[in-house]
Amino acid sequence: MSETIIQMKEVNKWFGDFQVLKDINLNVAEKQKIVVCGPSGSGKSTLIRCINRLEEHQKGQIIVDGNELSDKTKDIEKIRAEVGMVFQQFNLFPHLSILDNCTLAPIWVKKTPKKQAEELAMKQLEQVQIADQAMKYPGQLSGGQQQRAALARALCMEPKIMLFDEPTSALDPEMIKEVLDAMVNLAKAGMTMIVVTHEMGFAKEVADEVVFMDEGMIVEKAKTKEFFDNPKSERTKLFLSQIL
Amino acid sequence: MIDKLTFLRPSKERLNLFIFFGALFFGIGIYDLISNSFFSENITSFLPEILSFFTPLIFGFVGLHLIRIEYSGNKILDSLNKNINSNWFNSILTLLLIFLLIIGIPVILNWAFFDANFFGTSKEDCTNSGACWVFINVWFERLIYGLYPNDQIWRVNVAFIILILTVGVAFFVNQKIKKYIIIFLLFVFPFILISLLSGGSFGLEKIATNEWGGLSLTFIISIFAIIFCFPVGMFLALGRRSSFPVIRYSSIGFIEFWRGVPLITVLFMASVMFPMFLPDGTFLDKLIRVIIAITLFEAAYMAEVIRGGLQALPRGQYDAGKSLGMSYWKLHLLVILPQALKLIIPGIANTFLALVKDTPLILVVGLLELVGMIDMAKTNPKWLGFAAEGYVFAGLVFWIICYAMSRYSISLEKKYKTDR
Ligand SMILES: Nc1ncnc2c1ncn2[C@@H]1O[C@H](COP(=O)(O)OP(=O)(O)OP(=O)(O)O)[C@@H](O)[C@H]1O
Ligand SMILES: [Mg+2]
Repeated sequence: MSETIIQMKEVNKWFGDFQVLKDINLNVAEKQKIVVCGPSGSGKSTLIRCINRLEEHQKGQIIVDGNELSDKTKDIEKIRAEVGMVFQQFNLFPHLSILDNCTLAPIWVKKTPKKQAEELAMKQLEQVQIADQAMKYPGQLSGGQQQRAALARALCMEPKIMLFDEPTSALDPEMIKEVLDAMVNLAKAGMTMIVVTHEMGFAKEVADEVVFMDEGMIVEKAKTKEFFDNPKSERTKLFLSQIL
Repeated sequence: MIDKLTFLRPSKERLNLFIFFGALFFGIGIYDLISNSFFSENITSFLPEILSFFTPLIFGFVGLHLIRIEYSGNKILDSLNKNINSNWFNSILTLLLIFLLIIGIPVILNWAFFDANFFGTSKEDCTNSGACWVFINVWFERLIYGLYPNDQIWRVNVAFIILILTVGVAFFVNQKIKKYIIIFLLFVFPFILISLLSGGSFGLEKIATNEWGGLSLTFIISIFAIIFCFPVGMFLALGRRSSFPVIRYSSIGFIEFWRGVPLITVLFMASVMFPMFLPDGTFLDKLIRVIIAITLFEAAYMAEVIRGGLQALPRGQYDAGKSLGMSYWKLHLLVILPQALKLIIPGIANTFLALVKDTPLILVVGLLELVGMIDMAKTNPKWLGFAAEGYVFAGLVFWIICYAMSRYSISLEKKYKTDR
C-alpha cells in the first residue's frame, strides 16, 4: 500500500454540549477511495469538513499530507488549496461566469497567469463535458451541470485530495448519473477521494473501503466487497437493508 | 321592482349609452368643482350647503360607477377601470386625487411662474403677487460659491468642470478606461479639488475654508464623506462579524455610539470640543473636522447596511471560498463583498442620500452650504421675507441631486441583475 495522506487519530468534536464526533480513527492512503455512509445527523459532513478545517476539532489529531491541523497551523490556506471539496448545494459563485468560477482561485491563490488558468479551466470543463457552458452564469445551468462545474472548479486547483459531501443528493434523478460518471472518471485517474454518499452503486464500483457512521462514531469500516456481502454490525445490516 | 331597475346596472350591451352618461356625470362634477374654486360660482347653490359642497364628488362617483363595465372590449376603458376605477373605494380615491390636482396645480403654477418676477436687482422689482425669483437671481453666486472671493470663483468652476467632464466621459468609454476614470475620481480628483480651492500652492492665492460655502460646499462635503464613509463602513461591518472579540466589540461599540448620537451633537463636538483634545499648537481645519464627523456618523449606518448584505449570503459561499484556499481577505474581496454589495445597492443609495441631505446641518458650526447661505440671505435687511423662495429653490436643487443619485442606483441594480 502507498503512503498515508490523511491520518485521523482519536478525533473528537463538540457543537456546544453536543458531541458530533467520538474517537474517530481513520487513515486514508494516497489514491485510496473511501465512501462514507450513515443515517442523517450521524456526523458525516462534520467528519469530512474537519479534514480541510471548515470545522475545528477539539480533541485528537488530524494530519493532512504531513501537516497537523490545529489552532497553531500556519498557512491553513495552503493545506486547503491541496484539498478540493464538492458540496451538496454546489456553492458556485453566482456573480461569476463558470469560467471565472474556475479561474478565480488559481489566479488569486496560486498566482497562475490568467491565460494559463483559463486553459486549464477549459480542459477541466471539457473533462466534465460542459465546456460549452463556460461563459454562462451558474444560475443559467441545470443542477447536474452546476455540480459538474463545481467539480471542475475544485480540480482547477489541482488538489491531491478530493472531498465530496453528498454531491448528488440535491439533484433530480436524471442528473445524478452525469455527476457520478464524472466522479468515476476522476477515480480512475487516480485521485484520492473521500465521498459521503448514499449512492451504493457508486460505492460498489469505485470505493476501496466503505465507512459506516452512526451517532458520531465509525461503526464499521471494511473493504467494499466485505462491507456489502458480510457486514459485521447489526446497525450496518439494518442501514443496508433500508437503503439497498 | 328591483328587476326593472337593472337597466341602471352598467352593462356591455348598451356600452355607448353608459359611457355617454358616465362621462356626462363626471364632466358635471369637474365643472362644478372648477366653477366653484376658480370662479366663485356655485352652480348647485339651490341645494343645501353641505350637499352642495359634496356635489362634485357625488356626480363624479356616479359617473365613474356608470362606466365601470368589466370586459367592455374597449382597451382604454378596460385599463382605466382596472387601474383607477376597480371599485367604489378606488373611484373615490381617484376623484379626490383629481380634485386635489385641479385645485393645487394652478395655484402652484401661478405662484411659481405666471405671477412671479424673475429679473431685477432689488426687492422693489418684485411687483407681482407670486414668487420673487429676483431674490435667487441676485444671490445666485453666493448660493453657489458661498463667500468665495469673486475674482477666484473660476477655481471652483474649473474643479467642477473637471468633475463633470470626467463623469460624462465615463458614460461613453469601455470598461477598461472606465476603471481608470473611477480610480482618478476616487483617488486623484479629491486632491485636485482641495488644492485648487484652498490654494496656497502653484501660485494660487490661499483661501480659508470659512470662505467656502454654498452649493459647492455641499458637493465638497458630500463627495469626501461618500468616498470615505464607504470603506470605513465596510471595515466596521467586517469587524462586527470578526471572530476576534477585541475587534468585534470595538466595532459594535463604535457603531452603536455613532448611531446613538444626533448628527447635530456630533458636529458641535467636532468643532467645539475636539480641538480641546488636540495638543497645543496643532490645528485641524474646521471643514476637515466636520467632514471626519459626517464620515464617521454615516459610516456607522453604512456598516449596518453592509452587514445586512453579508448576512444574506449563504454559508456555502464562505465554505466554497475557504475550501479553494482563499485567505480571509481574498474570500471577502473576491467572493463575499461583490455579492453582498450587489444585494444592498438600494441601502447604500439610501445612506448616501441621507448623507447629502444631512449636510445643511453644518450650519450649527458656522459653515454655510446652500441652505445655510439661504438662511443668511433671507436675514439680510434688504431681503427680508423671501424665505419661501429660498427654501423652495434649495428643496428643488436637493431634489434634483438626490433624484439623479437614486436613478443611478436603480440603473446599477438593473445592470447587475443580469449577472444572475
Ligand atoms: N454548526 C452546527 N452547530 C450545531 N450543531 C451542528 C452544526 N452542524 C451540525 N450540527 C449537528 O451535528 C450533527 C451532525 O451533523 P452532520 O451535518 O455532520 O450530519 P450528517 O451525517 O452530514 O447528516 P446529513 O446526512 O443529514 O447531511 C447533527 O445532529 C447536526 O444537527
Ligand atoms: Mg451532511
